Amino acid sequence: MYRYNPTDQQLVDDRVAQFRDQMGRFLGGRLSEDEFRPLRLQNGLYVQRHAPMLRVAIPYGTLAAPQLRKLADIARRYDRGYGHFTTRCNIQFNWVRLEEVPDILAELATVQMHAIQTSGNCIRNITTDPFAGVAADELFDPRPYCEIVRQWSTLAPEFMFLPRKFKIAISGGAEDRAAVRFHDIGARARHAADGRIGFEIHVGGGLGRTPMVGRLLKDFLPREELLNYFEAILRVYNRHGRRDNKYKARIKILVKDLSLEGFAQEVEDEWAWTRGGPATLSEETFRRMEAFFARHDAVPAPGDDLADDPARDRAHDRAFSRWQARNVSAHRDASRAVVTLSLKKAGVPPGDATAEQMDGIANLAERYSAGEIRVSHEQNLVLPHVARRDLPALWRGARALGLATPNIGLLTDLVCCPGGDFCSLANARSIPVAAAIQQRFDDLDYLFDLGPLELNLSGCVNACGHHHIGHIGILGVDKNKEEWYQVTVGGREGEGAALGRVIGPAFAAGQIPDVIQRLLEVYLAARAEGEPFIEVVERIGLAPFKARVYGAAA
Amino acid sequence: MSRLIRDGQFIEDCWRWLDADEAPAPAPGEHLILPSAVWQAHRPGLDAARTGVWLAPDDGLAPLLPWLATLPLIAIRFPVFTDGRGYSLARLLRGRHGYAGELRAVGDVLRDQLYFLQRSGFDSFALRVDQPAEEALAAFRDYRWTPLSRG
Repeated sequence: MYRYNPTDQQLVDDRVAQFRDQMGRFLGGRLSEDEFRPLRLQNGLYVQRHAPMLRVAIPYGTLAAPQLRKLADIARRYDRGYGHFTTRCNIQFNWVRLEEVPDILAELATVQMHAIQTSGNCIRNITTDPFAGVAADELFDPRPYCEIVRQWSTLAPEFMFLPRKFKIAISGGAEDRAAVRFHDIGARARHAADGRIGFEIHVGGGLGRTPMVGRLLKDFLPREELLNYFEAILRVYNRHGRRDNKYKARIKILVKDLSLEGFAQEVEDEWAWTRGGPATLSEETFRRMEAFFARHDAVPAPGDDLADDPARDRAHDRAFSRWQARNVSAHRDASRAVVTLSLKKAGVPPGDATAEQMDGIANLAERYSAGEIRVSHEQNLVLPHVARRDLPALWRGARALGLATPNIGLLTDLVCCPGGDFCSLANARSIPVAAAIQQRFDDLDYLFDLGPLELNLSGCVNACGHHHIGHIGILGVDKNKEEWYQVTVGGREGEGAALGRVIGPAFAAGQIPDVIQRLLEVYLAARAEGEPFIEVVERIGLAPFKARVYGAAA
Repeated sequence: MSRLIRDGQFIEDCWRWLDADEAPAPAPGEHLILPSAVWQAHRPGLDAARTGVWLAPDDGLAPLLPWLATLPLIAIRFPVFTDGRGYSLARLLRGRHGYAGELRAVGDVLRDQLYFLQRSGFDSFALRVDQPAEEALAAFRDYRWTPLSRG
């Protein structure tokens, strides 16, 4: 993992002092609401429905155990004992007190963390593949590049007041597990024919109000030009992106207005100057960064396999093998595995973890995963370095914490924003709908039989629940001050990325489990052996689903 | 009292600001800052050493480029502090085009942006009138941190 040098530490310490001063001036009436707003947003501080919300950055979703313990400590001392992991791999505290935020930031700085640029019209947290560095299909580890971009974008003076927020994802796998085509800039690892290392660059993707799949801007960008090229893109956007209408201010609208070719030309012109310039990355920089992310050879815990457990019986074995089937993924080293801890237990808001769970996960990570934890954009936590022989012991530990629900990638592993229960932007609540779905579909045999299925739920068009890319997407809308839910089908991320299409008029919250039930019935009737939901949708189209859902209602 | 900061202190401003509808008629020895379009129209008849240009955020740089070596001052106007276009104009002038004269931030120039303005290449700052002077001078030291890889 990356470790701060004195410069990084100075930056976050200075930032705490600066924000403490700004908060003091705001509370003292010397800084107006309008002038304070962008400053607090650039420190992740929102004013929400019930209380201020603080969003803490988890750069490219990577946490060390002491950092997770600090988050637990903050949850206990400054919040109500829990936190919410987000679809952009950050964590949100929903019940902080305004005047205590500088103290929380100071606490974060003691473990090399901060909340810088987790909101506001600036470059946000960089995201990547939660399996980065351990995935078997990886061309190269994207994290050194994530860290390089993190350092460049943090307090980048030219880009603190962009037309709108700006999200960057970098992925290294043959399979894209970072949804790069749904980011303002998405970079995918590539090797040139001559073996050079670089990236394929996509631009203008995003969800929100105007969802778009990113466009291919450059087939191959040599890695040493990464910052020069990003700077060119950001400068073109900063100068020419729309500022008259916040709903048309994202880079995707600029790309559309200029046409991809026109936008690419502007970027090329700018890059012609930045190219080879002072921000060009050296081989020495790559080596230095790569050294931070060298492979962990975790010391395995003492032998501790299933046979040792006195509680072992058939049901126990079955539960373990189910967990292994869903929550354990291949590591590139065959003696190890990548374990996903499910934050999707029925009855718990998706992505929420209590302080006790966070402490417990930190302990598990130290014992079994070289002290490292990842946050996935599906709002689960990942232990990336687990020795296979430790899986039974880890499973028991995770189970004791309520984190071993064997549902990763299944219907109940649903992605969900905080919604109207917390968020002042939301049009509708999302957590109760998620809870109703998890309650209805709680039969594991049924879920396993359904197979891989992504369900995403957002409480408003801002799409924090990424509903557009759910195989089934649910969007909360407001109609005459009532909560309604629009259903989309056919979204997907990764290869063949697509946006879901609306199946028809919206539903009341109480109807949603039935609607999903009907969609699933169509799928089960139509599928060939082993054919997943999304492929059936792509093969038979929306019509049979619409007919089943609305025909039956009529 | 002066609202202009340069080299870490408040100094007297010897430049007179002209809006778009004012005629560029300097008194003897007077320094004027003209809107880009006015400057382009009247440049040949004006004393180059006493004539500066101000840019709105959407003004282009092309008309200025042949004259950068002799332009004593370019001001970039921030209509609101959240309009970040001026930062890129500054960076282009300093970096890409090698402008070495005075580069002034004017308009909605607030204490909390001074550090970032300076880092983008501005070297003089015409503060909005309500900004407290001592706090503004302190703002340049908001960060002791110096970036590693940006220059």
